[in-house]
Amino acid sequence: MASLSPGFHGRGSRSLVERLPPGQYPTESFPVLSAGPTPHVPTDRWSFTVTGENGGSRSWTWDEMRALPQEQPVVDIHCVTRWSKFDTRWEGVSLDVLAAGVETSAGFVVAESFDGYTTNLPRADVTGGRAWLVHSFDGYPLSPDHGGPARLLIPHLYFWKSAKWVKGLRFTTEDEPGFWERAGYHDYGDPWREQRYWNDA
Amino acid sequence: MNQHPAHHLDGNCLAGPLAQVFALDPTTAWWTCPDCRTASPVGGLHVYGPEPGLTGRCPGCAQLALRVVTHPGHLWLQLGTGRGAFRFPLPPSPSWSPSDRTGEP
Ligand SMILES: [Zn+2]
Repeated sequence: MASLSPGFHGRGSRSLVERLPPGQYPTESFPVLSAGPTPHVPTDRWSFTVTGENGGSRSWTWDEMRALPQEQPVVDIHCVTRWSKFDTRWEGVSLDVLAAGVETSAGFVVAESFDGYTTNLPRADVTGGRAWLVHSFDGYPLSPDHGGPARLLIPHLYFWKSAKWVKGLRFTTEDEPGFWERAGYHDYGDPWREQRYWNDA
Repeated sequence: MNQHPAHHLDGNCLAGPLAQVFALDPTTAWWTCPDCRTASPVGGLHVYGPEPGLTGRCPGCAQLALRVVTHPGHLWLQLGTGRGAFRFPLPPSPSWSPSDRTGEP
C-alpha cells in the first residue's frame, strides 16, 4: 500500500505528487461507481470474444483465458470523478494477446460488457503492453462490485474506459462513442490532459 | 446472468436536475418500458449514480429509461435507449467556478 507521507517515492523516481494528474486527489479506498444493477456472471458461463471488422471472431472460455500468459501490472488509476489510486495490483492477460486472435487493421475498438455497457477506444490504446483483461485485484478474485469476474484495465485513460464485466472487444473502422461518451464525456479521456468532458481539448 | 437490484437511488432524485429543463414536474411523468411493459412514473425509476451521471432504469427489468449528466456549463439529457443526447446550456453557477476545473483551492 502506498504511503502518502512526504518524501516517499513510488515506482521509478517520480514522487506521488508528480504521479497525480491535474484536478485529481489521492484516495486509499476504492470507490464503486455504477450505472445499473451489478451483473453476476458465473465463470462457467463466462466467455470473452474478440471480433474483427470483417466479422471474424475468436472466443475464450474462463479456463482458456486463465491458461494464457498472465501478467501482474502494478499501476496508478484515475477516475473522472477526481479520485486517483496509486500502485494498484492486478493480474490478467495483456490485450495484445487477445487482440492477436483476429485479423484487424481497424482504427478503433468498442469494449462491450455483459450489462450492455460500452466504451470506445483507438486500437492503438489496447495494444502496446498498456492494457489488460484482469481477473484479480490485490491478490484476490475481482469482486462483482469492481467488475468481476473480469474487467478491462487501461490505466493511462480515465477509469470509465476500463469496462467492468467486459465480455469482448469489437474492432471498428469508424469511432463509435460508448455509453458515457454519448452523454457528455470525452471521446478519449487522457487524465494528464484533463479530458473529462466532450469539449475538453 | 443474475442481477442485483441493490444500490440504486430513488427516482425522485431526478426532480432537481430535470427541473432545470422541464416546465412541469418531471417525476410525475409516466413511462412504459419498451421491453417488459412495466409502467412507472419517473419518480419510480431505479436511478444509479449520481456520478458519473444519473442513470434512470426500469424498475422491472433495468432497461435504460433516461440519463442526466451535469457538467460545468451543460446538462446532458438522453431519453430512452437512443444514441443521441440533448445538451442544454446551464446558467453560470458559483459552484462551477473555473477553479473547480483545475482542482485549485
Ligand atoms: Zn422493463
